[in-house]
Amino acid sequence: MATRQTQSLARLMRAPAIILLLIWMVVPLGMTLYYSFLNYNLLNPAVTSWAGWFNYQYFVTDPAFMAAIVNTLVLVLGVLAITVIGGIAIALLIDKPIWGQGIVRILIISPFFVMPPVAALIWKNMIMHPSYGVFADIARFLGLQPVDWFAQYPLTSIVIIVAWQWLPFATLILLTALQSLDGEQMEAAEMDGAGSVSRFIHLTLPHMARAITVVILIQTIFLLGIYAEILVTTNGGPGNASTNLTYLIYRAARLNFDIGGAAAGGIIAVILANLVAIFLMRAVGKNLD
Amino acid sequence: MGRITLENVTKRFGDVEVIPPLNLDIDDGEFVVFVGPSGCGKSTLLRLIAGLEDTSGGRILIDGQDATETPPAKRGLAMVFQSYALYPHMSVRKNIAFPMRMASVPQDEQDRRIEAAAKALNLTDYLDRKPGQLSGGQRQRVAIGRAIVREPSAFLFDEPLSNLDAALRVGMRLEISELHNRLKTTMVYVTHDQVEAMTMADKIVVLRAGHIEQVGSPMELYRAPKNLFVAGFIGSPKMNLLSGPAAAEYGAETIGIRPEHIGVSATTGTWQGRVGVSEHLGSDTFFYVEGTGLAETITVRAGGDIDLHHGDTVFLTPDTAQMHRFDAAGDRIAAPI
Repeated sequence: MATRQTQSLARLMRAPAIILLLIWMVVPLGMTLYYSFLNYNLLNPAVTSWAGWFNYQYFVTDPAFMAAIVNTLVLVLGVLAITVIGGIAIALLIDKPIWGQGIVRILIISPFFVMPPVAALIWKNMIMHPSYGVFADIARFLGLQPVDWFAQYPLTSIVIIVAWQWLPFATLILLTALQSLDGEQMEAAEMDGAGSVSRFIHLTLPHMARAITVVILIQTIFLLGIYAEILVTTNGGPGNASTNLTYLIYRAARLNFDIGGAAAGGIIAVILANLVAIFLMRAVGKNLD
Repeated sequence: MGRITLENVTKRFGDVEVIPPLNLDIDDGEFVVFVGPSGCGKSTLLRLIAGLEDTSGGRILIDGQDATETPPAKRGLAMVFQSYALYPHMSVRKNIAFPMRMASVPQDEQDRRIEAAAKALNLTDYLDRKPGQLSGGQRQRVAIGRAIVREPSAFLFDEPLSNLDAALRVGMRLEISELHNRLKTTMVYVTHDQVEAMTMADKIVVLRAGHIEQVGSPMELYRAPKNLFVAGFIGSPKMNLLSGPAAAEYGAETIGIRPEHIGVSATTGTWQGRVGVSEHLGSDTFFYVEGTGLAETITVRAGGDIDLHHGDTVFLTPDTAQMHRFDAAGDRIAAPI
């Protein structure tokens, strides 16, 4: 791409793809923006009128809104904490040569292949169910009262399910980072008198910083939009206990048929997600060149 | 103090015996070079001394103390790695300070030693840079600095110059020799380059397949190689090794004569031949002489101003006083001709 000629040719060649992508992005965003300023309810779709800021005002002053924001944060941060810490721990474990390494690695990665609603259903009916779930069996075996996970700890339950799904991703990324760590550096540190804990803190963690950043960035993007697991398990309840922002928007659109309100919620979610993204990029993005 | 003794040290990887029982004494303050072709076990031997590999048998004594089971950090040895093994996210200063931080050396003492090491190694201006911003030679110096500040009883170098370009290699060679003269600390240096071995060592250990072929000063090895392997390995260009009737004439299976010990003449001599490739280096000229009736091409060194070219007829006369004779087993025949 050195000369001016090749540059303009390159610009021409990539234009179709970029324009298509732009349309793909701008049209839905524009329509959502437009709907968010309309009184538009599917129960009475023929009557639409200009609503001004009413939809936004209505969405934000909904008592469920603050609860949903808090739940979203708890969900994202909780899953991030579990997957990053757990991912580092598992990566460290499976980095060591062990018998049956290939099988172990595939098993560890496999939860990622299960689609979210299926995973959530399995957890709901076979693992966390208060009468015939595995956890209930264990509790009874120990002589304890089985826990009704989705009623007593709805948000925690969803954090656990989502973390289970994302742990393989974090592990995989962190494992590759771990394997690219130079062996001679470790040996040098060993000769320099660093114990295994010091080596982890001074060498392994800084080396993995970039991979951890990638895990946090990518996961945050996906975790802000968690929806299927909530729909399948708790339906956002009890009350608003496990309703996040995405689920609140779904509720406005599909349970209240309020397209205008849902669109306003969607725009708010987009703005919040962008704020988070900017904040993240500032805070941890400096690790990325 | 840095006296290292290896007693019947053995190393096996599975069923493969990389180092058969091996004995070696390294005196305090000595510069010892392990040299040999790749795969001869010289790096493994160094790693055994460092403690980065476990011995399969035998004992390693450091200053008379059995250190066979001592962890690497407690042996008081510092190592410089081939890849330098600098910590990429730490500045030069932090890299050099790291071993002292791990040993909880007081801060002012740390600063003093870093200052001294940086001054000695010309790193003062680079202390706040990251290793990624340094050239190969500078990284090498940081690695040496990190070793110096520990004030070890011995330094271990694992092919430290092999990642540098030729000019830099000569420079660093001098710097390391200079460092040894100043510190008078034991140094154990691994290389596959016999020039490095010859120029730096007090004592060279020639290894082949884990065996010590010969131990001695560079000049001992040059003048009296114990066998064909050492004869062929030490010296550049390589010694001419001739077998057959030419060797039988001198009562040996093989005779060895170095390129610098063969007289060159355009008119008269023992062997007549034709000049093949000639390499004019200015100070010296190396001729590869063919068609002498011997099986081997003979390498000869002559002065820089000699006027012989490709295809010219040339007469060679070996200096019998400098000739090496080897028996059928490849061992040196000690008796003079």
